[in-house]
Amino acid sequence: MLGLDKKDTTLLLIVAVLTMCAPFLLNPFPEGSGMAQFNAGYPDLMQRFVIFGIFAIGFNILFGLTGYLSFGHAAFLGVGSYAAVWMFKLLSMNVLPAIVLAVIMSGLFAMLIGFISLRRSGIYFSILTLAFAQMMFALAYSVLTPITGGETGLQLALSDPRILGASATAEGNIPVPALFGLEMRSSTVWEVGAWKFTFNTGYYFCAVIMLVSFFLAIRIFRSPFGMMLRAIKSNQQRLRYTGLNPKPYTLAAFVISGMYAGLAGALMASMDPLAGAERMFWTASGEVVLMTILGGAGTLIGPVLGAGVIKYMENIVSKINSDILHGWFAFLPDGLEDFVVAIIYPFIGKGWHLTLGLMFMLVVIFLPGGLVEGGQRIARAFRRGKKNEAPKAASTEPAE
Amino acid sequence: MGILDVKDVGKRFGGLKALSDVNLSVQENTCHAIIGPNGAGKSTLLNCLVGKLIPDTGSVMFDGQSVLGRSPHEINQMGISRVFQTPEIFGDLTVMENMMIPCFAKRDGAFRMHAYESIAAERDLIEMAEAMLDDVNMLDKRNMHSASMSRGDKRRLEMAMCLVQNPKLLLLDEPTAGMARADTNNTIDLLKEIKDKRDITIAIIEHDMHVVFSLADRITVLAQGTPLVEDTPENIKGHPKVQEAYLGESH
Amino acid sequence: MDAIILQILNGLDKGSAYALIALGLTLIFGTLGVVNFAHGALFMIGAFCAVTLSRLFNLSHEVEVPGQTDFLGNPLKKDVPYLHDIFGEATGSAIIDWSVPLAILFAIPIMIAVGVIMERGLIKYFYKRPHADQILVTFGLAIVLQEIIKYYYGANPIPTPAPDAFKGSFDFGAMIGFAENTIIYPYWRLVYFCFAAVIIGAVFAFLQFTTFGMVVRAGMADRETVGLLGINIDKRFTIMFGLAAAVAGLAGVMYVPINPPNYHMGMDFLVLSFVVVVVGGMGSLPGAVAAGFLLGVLESFASMREVIDLIPGINQVIIYLVAIIILLTRPRGLMGRKGVMED
Repeated sequence: MLGLDKKDTTLLLIVAVLTMCAPFLLNPFPEGSGMAQFNAGYPDLMQRFVIFGIFAIGFNILFGLTGYLSFGHAAFLGVGSYAAVWMFKLLSMNVLPAIVLAVIMSGLFAMLIGFISLRRSGIYFSILTLAFAQMMFALAYSVLTPITGGETGLQLALSDPRILGASATAEGNIPVPALFGLEMRSSTVWEVGAWKFTFNTGYYFCAVIMLVSFFLAIRIFRSPFGMMLRAIKSNQQRLRYTGLNPKPYTLAAFVISGMYAGLAGALMASMDPLAGAERMFWTASGEVVLMTILGGAGTLIGPVLGAGVIKYMENIVSKINSDILHGWFAFLPDGLEDFVVAIIYPFIGKGWHLTLGLMFMLVVIFLPGGLVEGGQRIARAFRRGKKNEAPKAASTEPAE
Repeated sequence: MGILDVKDVGKRFGGLKALSDVNLSVQENTCHAIIGPNGAGKSTLLNCLVGKLIPDTGSVMFDGQSVLGRSPHEINQMGISRVFQTPEIFGDLTVMENMMIPCFAKRDGAFRMHAYESIAAERDLIEMAEAMLDDVNMLDKRNMHSASMSRGDKRRLEMAMCLVQNPKLLLLDEPTAGMARADTNNTIDLLKEIKDKRDITIAIIEHDMHVVFSLADRITVLAQGTPLVEDTPENIKGHPKVQEAYLGESH
Repeated sequence: MDAIILQILNGLDKGSAYALIALGLTLIFGTLGVVNFAHGALFMIGAFCAVTLSRLFNLSHEVEVPGQTDFLGNPLKKDVPYLHDIFGEATGSAIIDWSVPLAILFAIPIMIAVGVIMERGLIKYFYKRPHADQILVTFGLAIVLQEIIKYYYGANPIPTPAPDAFKGSFDFGAMIGFAENTIIYPYWRLVYFCFAAVIIGAVFAFLQFTTFGMVVRAGMADRETVGLLGINIDKRFTIMFGLAAAVAGLAGVMYVPINPPNYHMGMDFLVLSFVVVVVGGMGSLPGAVAAGFLLGVLESFASMREVIDLIPGINQVIIYLVAIIILLTRPRGLMGRKGVMED
């Protein structure tokens, strides 16, 4: 389907079904139950899952395929956000022109920065991208305040022209981002018994764009271009002596991943129309590196998975406090309860970064292929176990 | 005029004269060997031919065009393929993918933004790659991870990757260095087969006399950065200057 | 002229910190071939050694002040540090006052231990892995270390003062013949600069004049060959890692009075220190030191009012700008060696 082989089509369909059903899947616990705090099915978080998914998919096209580790990708996310908000200010609240401009702008920035940074490789490339991103962050924070809003960030105002739209709504409010009248923030809530499912327009809009991005990423992975990128990671010397010029290939990968980042930035601005310089800070660039590696660099689904895990931890695990812990372990004798809580406490709530750091280290040390590799290993072990149990059943499987 | 003409090439590294007054002409459809003791400047000369180094003086013409100042990928696109001393292949890719890359390079040039096409749809190129793999008896290994193969197979694959581009000139940089005798003989057989089957010009840099005398139509002896003599293998064998400069040492 | 001297002086303390961190980074990179993203965390741990010692010294117990009552009529109580009980009030107060310099002694063994544990426990498994993996695992380690510190010390900066004797400033301009009050320089910054100079001098002397240092330098030049000589290079490199950790830690200890430490100070310095290392030239110790001071001073010049008026925002970006220009014109950095991390 769509030029994908069977395996990739299945993967795309699974991801499509999962994202479409996310409002159900992420809200498995009834409202008001003790487990309800693990529900991640609220619009804000679901939007972040898919937006950071897009960011990570794009980053993976550069890092996963070519092996060039950029430590400044958040800069393009920031550029996308600013461009989108400016479109909201000047043109209209329709999200499409905002997204288009954001992708173009981040692509141009990526072209410029990539062209310079890619003259070096290895750690030098990482430092160059980091230096550019930090420079852009510093400028956005200070001198460029007229364009970026400086410390407060770029916000919409009633006085904005919005030549194709209205400066203000009939009620005198600032209009909200919409897709041809379909407001991004509008939601439908279904209450089924004790369960409450929220269907948010913005989420579904982002989810569809994420699916398209994911599909394009699969196409890139399976294309001759994707193979060239993997060849660059594997042996640049051989590539050159085979008559191919690695430079334009890496630059193209850099620009594509920059455009993905810009797209993610535009979607962030579309969900909540403001943009701040902190989105470009190097920790934000570090975050997308964490997502990609954690999920599995160079795999298709890994970055999306990594983005999901990290955003889930950031929003859910970080909310668990010691009272909740005490509630869970109330069945234990008092002394033991305190002990267990004391052990777990540093890793949750505000300490979730600690868990993240440890997880990340463990993945780099033991699972260079990330969670995807972990899953594959488990699946293989499971299959092997099954085979041992029932060798006959295994032998009837058709040979590949 | 040969297909490759090297005229008055000189190259210095600091105070060290690596090459001086190198004149060399490789005729079409012949196998031309360049031999010489260690430090004679063989590798420097080779690097000047493929764009890794730029000579200080002189000219290198290939097929009527100068190669000087061109980068390795441009020189390859002109029709020169190079085999390295230690096999250089794409270790993270499968054998078949390794073969597809030179096929794309041959058809599409140094860069093409084919990011939306599918590799599986390129039937012609796949057939070409498979035919070449079959030629070197590696078709059964097509889905293997190429880093996990033996050194001999890697050499074979590298050779196939160069040949599938149908180069006008194949440059071999000590293709049997560090190989056991049996492997060396296999490589010689492979190269002989290539020579017989195709219209191809081969320039080979080699240390091993056995390899050189089994393959070469003409031999240039390089010593201290300058060609000593150029002649047929028979004449080279008996040449007193060569005996002195080269054979006398190693035998 | 006086303004220029003032800016040079102002740049020296930050430059000293950059130079010290970059020195350690280069030692580790040059000897072990590892790109250590956790090096900033070592700087931060050093700073918190000073905080910890200062807190230990200030541990106190309550005693009633005889004959006085507070406004509720209860006996007035006051905190008396244990140190007063042990050493008497005068000596005890002096020790508390001098807690930051004393923390140097406290920090050296701790930092060496942290460094050795880090190297033996984690880094040594990454010698043969790609640089990207090294960056990633040490990046993870840095997050873990700073979260641990945050857990115990909180997220807010902790002011820890310098000894009273070094508080305040002096008129450096008057001392060298300028008009009074033109070049005012805080004492502690001068102390910091001298301290950094001593440490840098000591490290260079150690590498230059001891057999150990000779082997390490040889190892930096060509690790394999030195390994072939039958010298147990690994053990020496472990010690080198401990030493680099100690240098970063001491830089952190002494930096505490200049900037109250918080858990992410290491990362803030690390990013810049990496830029410093790259500008100086990967693997070049003199390059790292020179680039550290150079960039510190440049940064300080760029924050002069006149310069900012001329090129707005230059103070924010000068370091990165210099790094980009250097990397593109001199790919090996100012004093980089051939063959180090070229691809």
